[in-house]
Amino acid sequence: MDSAQMLVALGAILFVLGLAGAVVRRNLLVVLMCLELMLNGVNVELVTFSRLHGSTAGGVLVFLVFVVAAAELAVAIPIVLLLVRHKKTLDADAFKDLKG
Amino acid sequence: MTGAVGTVLLWCFAGAATLGAVLMLVARHPMRVALSLVGVMLSLAGVFALQGAHAVAVFQVLIYVGAVMVFMVYVIMLIDVRDPSFTKRYSRLLVPGIIGAILFLAAFVALLVAVPVGAQSPGGAFALKPFSAAFLAEHWLEFELTSVLLLVAVVAVLALVKGNGRRHG
Repeated sequence: MDSAQMLVALGAILFVLGLAGAVVRRNLLVVLMCLELMLNGVNVELVTFSRLHGSTAGGVLVFLVFVVAAAELAVAIPIVLLLVRHKKTLDADAFKDLKG
Repeated sequence: MTGAVGTVLLWCFAGAATLGAVLMLVARHPMRVALSLVGVMLSLAGVFALQGAHAVAVFQVLIYVGAVMVFMVYVIMLIDVRDPSFTKRYSRLLVPGIIGAILFLAAFVALLVAVPVGAQSPGGAFALKPFSAAFLAEHWLEFELTSVLLLVAVVAVLALVKGNGRRHG
């Protein structure tokens, strides 16, 4: 197996595991960390394909993904803290009444 | 680093990253999940460095492990709620979620077999000097736009916290 092919597969596996974790796990903080794992999978793909085509654009996009991840967490953590203060639990199932 | 040693190291880092990601799904306590995620990120930094993307590897360690995950660990220590999400790891969506993940992965494998990835080019696009020159000469607008995004995030967090505090008196 070629190493570039392996890296593309690695990025896909990380993305799928992060997606499965975000759907399957109950704990809100674990769900947030699984979202970070998905972003990391995307970063692997960006660096691999950017190197494959000899361009810097993918690398620049990785830096933008870093910033997006930091901003996402900075907004998500206060929301989780407020939800926990409201319901006294981290269980994602306890927030069913948020829908519609 | 190229050659046989580089390839072996690349496979080791990729295996460590996959192992850490699987541990994230099965670990019970959020702190163990966070430590697995730190392991994944450090392995990925090794993968990036072996590909020649040293700037990305350095910022992966500095921003992700140094800032984002330390913040996450701090929040896990702050919220020490003993509740069912600690003992019962999985929600009702366990079986559909696993089936969906397997289907997604199967679709991706089919795509990868149908459209093979080309050979890795030896290009030095990620060498620090041309990379930073291209970053600040060609992509300066995106770089500035991310600062706007950060500003929006800060304002959003302030509005969130202040608005909620006012409602509760």
